[in-house]
Amino acid sequence: MTSSPSIMESFFQRSLDDLIKSLRSPLLSSSPSHIISKSLDDIRRELRSTDPATKAVALQKLTYLSSLHSVDMSFAAFPVVELLSSPRFAHKKIAYLSASLSFHPGTDVLLLIPNQLRKDLNSPNPFESSLPLEFLSVASTPDLARELTPEIFTLLSSTKTHVKKRAISVIHTFFNLYPDSVRVAFKRLVENLDGSDPTVVSTAIGVFCELASKDPRSYLPLAPEFYRVLVDSKNNWILIKAVKIFGQLVPLEPRLAKRVVDPICEHMRRTGAKSLIFECVRMIVSSLADYESAVRLAVEKIHEFLVDEDPNLRYLGLNVLSILSSVNLWAVIENKEAIIKSLCDADPNIQLEALRLVMAMVSDENVAEISRVLMNYAVKSDPEFCNEILGSILSTCGRNVYELIVDFDWYVSILGEMSRNPNCRMGEEIECQMVDIGTRVKDARPELVRVGRDLLIDPALLGNPLLHHILSAAAWVSGEYIEFSKNPLELMEALLQPRTNLLPPNVRAVYIQSAFKVLVFTLNLYFMERDCIMSSSVVDLLPGVSDSVTETHCLEDCNSAECKVSVEEVKLSVENDDAAVTHSILDNVRLTCESITCMWNLIKLAMELMSGSEEVEIQERARNVLGLIHMLQEIPGFLIQNEVAFERIDPKATELVKLMLDAFSEELGPVPMNAQEKVPVPDGLTLDENLSKLDSVFGDDLPFSHGFSIQGHQHKETDGVPRFNMMNKEELEPLTESTSLLAQHRQRHGLYYLPTENEPESNDYPPANNDLQSLVNLVDAAEDLVKLTEPSKKPNRAKPRPVVIKLDEGNEVRAKTAKSVKDSKDDLISGVVRDILLGDGSKPISSQKSTSNKPPHRRVKEEGDSSSTKSKENVVDTQILIHGSPSSRKSRHRSSGKEKSKSSQDNKEKDGKRQESSRQKTHNDQYSLLFTTLCCYQGEDLEQHLVFFCNSSSYELSSSGFPEESSLVMEVAWNSH
Amino acid sequence: MGIRFVLLVNKQGQTRLAQYYEHLTIQERRALEGEIVRKCLTRTENQCSFVEHRNYKVVYRRYASLFFLVGVDNDENELAILEFIHLLVETMDRHFGNVCELDIMFHLEKAHFMLEEMVMNGYIVETSKSNILTPIQLLDKAS
Repeated sequence: MTSSPSIMESFFQRSLDDLIKSLRSPLLSSSPSHIISKSLDDIRRELRSTDPATKAVALQKLTYLSSLHSVDMSFAAFPVVELLSSPRFAHKKIAYLSASLSFHPGTDVLLLIPNQLRKDLNSPNPFESSLPLEFLSVASTPDLARELTPEIFTLLSSTKTHVKKRAISVIHTFFNLYPDSVRVAFKRLVENLDGSDPTVVSTAIGVFCELASKDPRSYLPLAPEFYRVLVDSKNNWILIKAVKIFGQLVPLEPRLAKRVVDPICEHMRRTGAKSLIFECVRMIVSSLADYESAVRLAVEKIHEFLVDEDPNLRYLGLNVLSILSSVNLWAVIENKEAIIKSLCDADPNIQLEALRLVMAMVSDENVAEISRVLMNYAVKSDPEFCNEILGSILSTCGRNVYELIVDFDWYVSILGEMSRNPNCRMGEEIECQMVDIGTRVKDARPELVRVGRDLLIDPALLGNPLLHHILSAAAWVSGEYIEFSKNPLELMEALLQPRTNLLPPNVRAVYIQSAFKVLVFTLNLYFMERDCIMSSSVVDLLPGVSDSVTETHCLEDCNSAECKVSVEEVKLSVENDDAAVTHSILDNVRLTCESITCMWNLIKLAMELMSGSEEVEIQERARNVLGLIHMLQEIPGFLIQNEVAFERIDPKATELVKLMLDAFSEELGPVPMNAQEKVPVPDGLTLDENLSKLDSVFGDDLPFSHGFSIQGHQHKETDGVPRFNMMNKEELEPLTESTSLLAQHRQRHGLYYLPTENEPESNDYPPANNDLQSLVNLVDAAEDLVKLTEPSKKPNRAKPRPVVIKLDEGNEVRAKTAKSVKDSKDDLISGVVRDILLGDGSKPISSQKSTSNKPPHRRVKEEGDSSSTKSKENVVDTQILIHGSPSSRKSRHRSSGKEKSKSSQDNKEKDGKRQESSRQKTHNDQYSLLFTTLCCYQGEDLEQHLVFFCNSSSYELSSSGFPEESSLVMEVAWNSH
Repeated sequence: MGIRFVLLVNKQGQTRLAQYYEHLTIQERRALEGEIVRKCLTRTENQCSFVEHRNYKVVYRRYASLFFLVGVDNDENELAILEFIHLLVETMDRHFGNVCELDIMFHLEKAHFMLEEMVMNGYIVETSKSNILTPIQLLDKAS
């Protein structure tokens, strides 16, 4: 009776195929989600069935729905566990599949299955025992790992490769979850590197590759094993992993590089597999970049990749080349053509890589040429890549305060050209650079103003929101450096054109301010002209007195060179007997009374309109301008309609305008990183003579903490000059520190500060404050920067850099500490690995370890023996034969003598103080044993043992505090190879 | 870990097989599949088969209407993964005889089985087609 319902169920149960068919069938009106929910109901019911077959089919369906239709199947965890214990393999398999797809470390039922897993692991059927292994690799927990480590340990030496290789990959998961398993199983894992079955070796080396990528140093002692794999294996999968491992190890142990460079090159020449070639190339460019011949070979291969039809190879070739670009630029330049060609590849990824490489090739000589090529590409390419190009031009050219740029006029015009690119989205960056170049590079200003004018004058650009940033910069530059403008009136019209209302308020504010500057400049110019004309008319009347008067007067008036120039022009025109003409020529522009009036009315109208704006920024600035306008208007006879009038303009108006001009004439400079340093000590600040009391305060709450607090106690020493220099740099960093603290510091280490008062030769950037001295510096600084752009003065540029370097250093320290906290788990594993590989005696030796410590060594040794006899073609062996052993034996004797004397000395010391510890004893015993054994061996055997010895004992030494000895042993081992 | 996941997706972007070697919740899987499918399926034949996604790489290859997508760690060898994909396809071909989407849909379990034989815990453990197929053939015989 009990079986009847289950028979019924299984009879009428819909199979997985039925489910799939119904899901696929378009005829049924019901939607897939409806079918899914309906079948889920069925599945729930079927899962409760007592019949394992019904249950299995239900689970199968559920697994299908879960993995392809994202149905949550956590509710079925218990039925899965039930089915795990089914005696039928097919059912078991379904259960394991759904378990490994749905279980995760947080699943509760995991507590129920260790016994079942153990039972299956011990099954004689390899397919059955690999099922739980599969599952464990996905859903292990630390508890499961602890419980099952012994089983996995047994399986690691299983005779069935099918099981063995799976056990190897599971043990890696266990290492992560339960670091103690490393103690138990690590040696066996190492042994598997010597296996005869390539799939086992492949898995094992895969595990080591993974482990080594987390902490390569711990696996250095295994280098001989990996080396054997590298030279012996014929399997590309294995070789790729072995090459990868050496890629990790070589940077840590330069002597390894010498050993592996030949086999790797050999693989590269021999193999036809692109994947292996690629791996070797990547390893060489990242870890063996010092080996000229290897790099040559790698570059050859890269070239083959670059010209291949397969986009994959081209991409990878470019990718590898970019690793190489930092150290071996010649390789990039050699492949220039292929790279440039890749810029118009169909694949954006390839384009990007090519772009990166092109930028790596840029130098101050070819920057113009390359930028030209790229700008042309930018026009042709799609918006996204276009902006990548523009962005990389901007960042490359702007690097280190434009160190690559010699011709700023050219660069500024490139900026203008970029702005015209319809896809350009780099507005902000262009804005920054335009303003920055304006403040830093004096010689570039005329060109900047020209470019700015071209942008401002085009009403079409105002409608493009992407350009607003650039327009803002253009407006600022035009206002600030209006003296370079060829036509201020035109500029004024551009700044006040009606379409400017399309701009965002912050940009409009810049426009107004610029218009203000233009207005003041133009008025001043106009007044001066009139003055000159008038004086020259006086000259006509009273020849003789005139010249000097005009001269002095004009000189008084003009404080900037530009004004002088214009005045001279005016004078020139005057001297040309043109006295009757009342207008002057400023680069072919007539500043007539009408034009000024026209401008006057224009700006008045515009400002009145804008003073009613809702935006405070706009309103306020418009009011400022209006204020000046109103003031000038009140002066009688300000704008003389009658041109022929020879009377002087009211001096009050001239004065006012001059005053405003003076207000704008102060040049704005870039603010350096170390501006704070130049803040002068305020007068009347009483400083305590003895600052020792402050030391404790400095210790905890100084903002510039790192280097300072660490080295803080050395401050009082007067002999630490180099150290202080360094510290001085460090202190340039903080911009937030209070002046008083800085002053205190200055008092103590005044020697290392620049003098506050007299530093006219300083070529540093000016401070941000407004004191008069700084103004002088400011002009100097700008000039110096111009000089700095010339290659001959390059070293000077290094001056503002230290601050940047300091910032980086600070970050690095922080990052390091953060990392060490994060990686504590990895450290745990590698700590244990080191314990095992090195036999570290600093910790108390647990019983487990002491048993597993020595015997495994012997086991490895034996295995080494067998493999050496097995593989006569071993490269190492043949080398030994060629070299002959006498020399190596000699060096070995020497080293052994040294070691013995040292260790015996060590013993003596220990004897005198206390009883020889058991640890020490094992040490010495081991050495004497090893050395005597080594003396008995010759040729290949000797080599094998040296390798082993270097592998096991040298690091034992190093861990117990004799690094020089350990390196000696290393040396012996390697030399005698 | 090497391989993080293997996905089989059809031209319409529907997942046909998903095997993850690290734990992700259903929502995470769904999001990931969506993002990757969008990224890879829009690419053309003459673009390269590697896509960087988040902190790993996706190596993909298209066979008729099926896309094979494999997510790997950044330092994994891309070309080796392409070879792996090809091996997987060849193995499926040998078993199903010119494999198509329907074969995988109706024999999802077998497809998983093959994958399990080839990859374990993100490592490639078997590369011989006959070795991969042996247990499946045994199972077929038994049932």
